[in-house]
Amino acid sequence: MMTKASSLTQTWRRLLGACCLALCAVGAWPAQADERFITVASTTSTEQSGLFAHLLPVFEQASGIKVRVVALGTGQALDLARRGDADVVFVHDKAAEEKFVAEGFGVQRFEVMYNDFVLIGPRNDPAQVAGHDILEGLRRIASADISPRPPFVSRGDRSGTHMAELRYWKAAGVDLDQAKGAWYRDTGSGMGPALNTAAAMNAYILADRGTWLNFRNRGDLRILVEGDTRLFNQYGVMLVNPAKHPHVKKDDGQKFIDWLLSPVGQQTITAYKINGEQLFFPNARR
Amino acid sequence: MSTWLQLERLRFAPGERRILDDVSLALAAGRTVILGPNGAGKSTLLRLIHGLLRPHGGWLSWRRPLSQAMVFQKPVLLRTTALGNVIYGLKLKQPDAAKCRRRAEAALDRAGLLHLAAHPARLLSGGEQQRVALARAWALEPELLILDEPTASLDPASTREVERIIKDIADSGARILMTTHNLGQARRLAEEIVFIDDGQMIERTAVADFFKAPQSAAAKHFLKEEIP
Amino acid sequence: MTELDSGFTLARQLLLAGDARLWNIVLLSLRVSLTATVLACLIGMPLGALLAVGRFPGRRVLVVLFNAMMGLPPVVVGLLVYLLLSRAGPLGAFGLLFTPTAMILAQMVLITPIVAALTRQVIADAWQEMHELLHSLGASRLRAAATLLWDTRFSLSTAALAGFGRAIAEVGAVMIVGGNIDGVTRVMTTTIALETSKGDLPLALTLGLILIVLVLAINGVIFAVRGWSERRWG
Repeated sequence: MMTKASSLTQTWRRLLGACCLALCAVGAWPAQADERFITVASTTSTEQSGLFAHLLPVFEQASGIKVRVVALGTGQALDLARRGDADVVFVHDKAAEEKFVAEGFGVQRFEVMYNDFVLIGPRNDPAQVAGHDILEGLRRIASADISPRPPFVSRGDRSGTHMAELRYWKAAGVDLDQAKGAWYRDTGSGMGPALNTAAAMNAYILADRGTWLNFRNRGDLRILVEGDTRLFNQYGVMLVNPAKHPHVKKDDGQKFIDWLLSPVGQQTITAYKINGEQLFFPNARR
Repeated sequence: MSTWLQLERLRFAPGERRILDDVSLALAAGRTVILGPNGAGKSTLLRLIHGLLRPHGGWLSWRRPLSQAMVFQKPVLLRTTALGNVIYGLKLKQPDAAKCRRRAEAALDRAGLLHLAAHPARLLSGGEQQRVALARAWALEPELLILDEPTASLDPASTREVERIIKDIADSGARILMTTHNLGQARRLAEEIVFIDDGQMIERTAVADFFKAPQSAAAKHFLKEEIP
Repeated sequence: MTELDSGFTLARQLLLAGDARLWNIVLLSLRVSLTATVLACLIGMPLGALLAVGRFPGRRVLVVLFNAMMGLPPVVVGLLVYLLLSRAGPLGAFGLLFTPTAMILAQMVLITPIVAALTRQVIADAWQEMHELLHSLGASRLRAAATLLWDTRFSLSTAALAGFGRAIAEVGAVMIVGGNIDGVTRVMTTTIALETSKGDLPLALTLGLILIVLVLAINGVIFAVRGWSERRWG
């Protein structure tokens, strides 16, 4: 009986120890440790529009290389790559991308495809921006003389979309620093969260078409301005410079880039449609 | 029996309070019971002797160092079996696990608890728990066993059993130093009574003399107030 | 409330259909957070016990520090761990960024102070009750800390649960160090954040419900075991 008593405590301890060990083992065991993969820093628009879910399986099937996508704003994605935490960057802000390459962090920039931005706003369009001129549309939002003033939601996160928005304001001759008021809502968030905010406030917002088409919680919003050539949104892809970061998987990364630019890759991009609508238009110059 | 511990002007006064004031006392008997009203400083005195507290003044001078064990008013038991509790005390001093177990079982047996060895200690009755605590102390084979009101919260039957064990421990050669509020118990267990009141040492008297004719007015008053 | 209703319905459908992707996400969440909890307990519990029992300079400062660190924002922890694991950081060479290991590490950093602070409280109470006995038996403070850890094991399950609850519910840290990579580091909370971003509120809500049920179930099991053990051992 006494033997049983003390061995009970012992059993307890052993059991606990075994649980700990097992859990540690499970935790330390990396997912598919020997998997061949590259890490791609990209934007929320490519991820959330569903393009990658369509594109990557085709590439992975063909190459045997898994692509791990970290989706951030363009600015963050480039910073991540600067620190060497990605092998390939796939973003949409030409000026920032060229700077990235000029600084030596990227090997070479290739244009892959474009989609377009759309100006979205309340169905009843209180500022009367609907049409095909993005600059005129923004001017009307900035100068709307109605009460309550219809709000405009900005990403405010240094993303490609945010940078494009800032360029449009400038081109429209609106000095944001001066014109900014309670109507201009700087949300500092990704495309999706910004759209959620806009839907909740019934606000105007600049969005990429892909994310918008894939977005479910639209509320009372609709596309008001589209088709302006200035709204075209170019995507570029770059291999992170192995000279800066020796661990970069340059061969597999380059394979991914080559595939994106290849006829097969370009056709796969064309084939991605939501409700019959093509989202991205390949334009690689090879 | 000759003096085995001499207390010299022992003072314990944490902060503003004064709990023991210049207590000087020679302990010589094999079984000494400290009596005194609540708040007299009895428990503090035991803790100073056992080394759980440090005096603020004065000193203890041991004739020779004695190995000690202490049993508290409320038995403090670990969440393991009765046997596990006794073994725990031994294990800290005796690295041989098999030896520990044998001694622990023997101690439980002497405390009449061998049949409950595998029982979770915290689920035993109050009396049984105190007997486990006594067995734990006994297993250490101390030369001095200190007990702080060991039967304060026990029923008469348990109290009798605890007293029996204390006697047995004394008979096995350990010195006993204890406090109690049970005057009958003091009569039954003590050879000598130390009476303290309000932090002061009042008198030290052989047990028969103390109950017949205490030397101090305070002790007389105390005996009159207490239920025998 | 129609969204809630449809959430429940969708949750049932997804789970019953054995949606493999969903199950992988749930399993990864559990794996990451449970491992982080075990590691946090292995570090935080002895630490908390030493803070309760030990007497060393700076102990009070550490106690205040750990209590304050219970409120660390996950994003800050995520950022710190990211900077640590980034290729440009001190541990960059291990290539741990964007792996479950990185997420485990971040959650461990996040919840170790919680486990330590709660453990300290439990052990401090037990120490109050037992310090005289342990001194009397000649236990060193280290030994006393170990004894009390074992003796309060049932109460300490609450500390572990608190840590686990925080780990599995946080999104900021795992998002940054895991990258929310589909099939690799996508856990329940980052999926919820993603689906919310996509405006798919019903799916996000559904995943939220599954998360809540999961946490409830684990709490229930631990409390049942604890209750049983306490009745067993007093």
